[in-house]
Amino acid sequence: MVFTFAAAVLTTPSSAEPVLSHEAMTERLQACISCHGKEGRTINQEYLPRIAGKPAGYLFNQLMNFRDGRRKNNAVMTHLLQPLSDAYLREIAAYFSELEIPYPSPDVAKASTETLKLGESLVLRGDPARKLPACAACHGSPLTGVAPAIPGLLGLPTAYLSAQLGAWRAGQRHAQSPDCMGEMAKALSPQDVGAVTAWLSSQPVPSNSKPTASIAALGAPLPLRCGGVPQ
Amino acid sequence: MRRVLLGLFGLTVLVIAALTVILFREVNGSAIAAVDATKIASTPEQIERGEYLARIGNCAGCHTARGGEAYAGGGAVDTPFGTVYATNLTPDASVGIGNWSTESFYRAMHEGRSQDGRLLYPAFPYPHFSLTTRDDTDAIFSFLVHRVKPVSQRNTEHTLAFPYNNRYALAAWRILYFKPSPFQADSARSAQWNRGSYLVQGLAHCGACHSTRNALGAPIAGHTYDGAMMPLNDWYAPSLTDKREASVADWPIEHIARWLKDGTSPSGAALGPMAEIVFQSTQYATHADLTAMSDYLKSLTVTSNDRATPTPTTGTINEAGKRIYKDRCASCHGDEGKGKSDAFPALAGNRTVLMANPTNLISLILKGGFAPATAGNPRPHGMPPFYHLLTDTDIANVASFVRSSWGNAAPALTELDMVKYRNALETVR
Repeated sequence: MVFTFAAAVLTTPSSAEPVLSHEAMTERLQACISCHGKEGRTINQEYLPRIAGKPAGYLFNQLMNFRDGRRKNNAVMTHLLQPLSDAYLREIAAYFSELEIPYPSPDVAKASTETLKLGESLVLRGDPARKLPACAACHGSPLTGVAPAIPGLLGLPTAYLSAQLGAWRAGQRHAQSPDCMGEMAKALSPQDVGAVTAWLSSQPVPSNSKPTASIAALGAPLPLRCGGVPQ
Repeated sequence: MRRVLLGLFGLTVLVIAALTVILFREVNGSAIAAVDATKIASTPEQIERGEYLARIGNCAGCHTARGGEAYAGGGAVDTPFGTVYATNLTPDASVGIGNWSTESFYRAMHEGRSQDGRLLYPAFPYPHFSLTTRDDTDAIFSFLVHRVKPVSQRNTEHTLAFPYNNRYALAAWRILYFKPSPFQADSARSAQWNRGSYLVQGLAHCGACHSTRNALGAPIAGHTYDGAMMPLNDWYAPSLTDKREASVADWPIEHIARWLKDGTSPSGAALGPMAEIVFQSTQYATHADLTAMSDYLKSLTVTSNDRATPTPTTGTINEAGKRIYKDRCASCHGDEGKGKSDAFPALAGNRTVLMANPTNLISLILKGGFAPATAGNPRPHGMPPFYHLLTDTDIANVASFVRSSWGNAAPALTELDMVKYRNALETVR
């Protein structure tokens, strides 16, 4: 099941229509760009994430999750996507994933050294005693995500990261089943969430911000099964 | 005197008794024998026609929950009286319609009564579906039981407020406002027009949103298709009979059909709830049926009710609104409100901008919206949301500016209007 879905994500749009130019898509996607920035950057509202350069499969999954009600934490996203087809959502995902633009400087860490140390340790090594895998085990050791469907964790504001983990814990955000991030978010304590998000948002994005090419390139299988992710 | 009083008392008792009997009989309908629906004979042609008709009726719009299994129910229908949840229409025998017969299905569509005799709430639009022929309901039923995957998803209890949750209240409502009635063709009109009339009034149930209702949610004679607020008051289904709203009396039939098929036309795009209707339903209709529906819609008697009379503005320009327009709107809609071909609609002379009821204008500014993705317009343009960028006062100002510029002459929106139309605002704030 998971595999079938992944195959669907990887296929190019089956629409008979010719692919539109970047400019023509930009004109059509003003509704996305006005919040996610002209080139996919965030605007002054911290909660609106940059979507430029995120893996296309991840963006497509999120568009589907909003349209089909698995992500309930933004009524306007759900409203906007209601009358859009799968084929168009794939093209929208591809449009934003192909944008290459510089990342802003990281947040200045406001957390204590101890909190940041805990965050770094959870992100890079996890906590074997609590059977918590490291974030890096799935999102890649450079934390820039893995093609096609696992997002990078850097270049995102603290408020956005903690809002997403909070939404998963509260049942407001879901992925396709099995919802691995839902499980992970629920296994974290509020202190863990604070530490992980504080550390992640204070890290610079490496010069090569591209996602790792594939899960095989991670060197080890994913520690969890995740819906919508080819494994 | 005493005799008169006694007589009156007796009469009252009799009337109450008679009403009780009528209500009791209405509530306690007979059950129709259970059968194994999946064994009922049908043909591939019938199943295919049923699938098509189910699209025209947009059954899935309610009976498939957002992101849920096809036809397994659970979609919420918000009404002013509470929420009604659409039921499981899959051929599951315990919770779906797997033990219904074609007769039970026809009775549900025609009379609004379930297989076990229970009354159904008219959120299931049986006052419209009542017009559907037995041949067509049989086809829809054969599609549901032979093509849809059985899913054992339990039905969700309705959450209606007292007294609407009472079956006797529902029975009284039906006695007052509902009479099962088959479609009546008009022999003075063409076959095409009659086909359109049958679909628009029946399966497509356009009047479920576009007709004014009374305080008990029942249609009012003489107000068919004259426009009504949607149940959450966040959108307005414009009048189909008023040229200042959504009447298509002046549109060529081809143009109306294209709008229902593609969700867009030279006169603008379908947005808001209508975008979903085009996306889920009308884009799948055949050219012949779209032409028929257009023929009928074009023929609706043109009315103009008092509420839609605009009082011309005094000619003062809303300067704050003008500044917002320049910053936020002009890059797409143009300095002169002329828009850009099919991409960005003109606001000068735009009926959504000018309508007396500004709900849709407010909702569009707040929430934005895409036109539906259809075969004829697979990559629609979208209007951005501004809920996070503009205050209520900003929205009143910019709406007032566009309503009074470039020859537009609709009344300004005030702070008071923003309170009046707050439901449009509260759905996102």
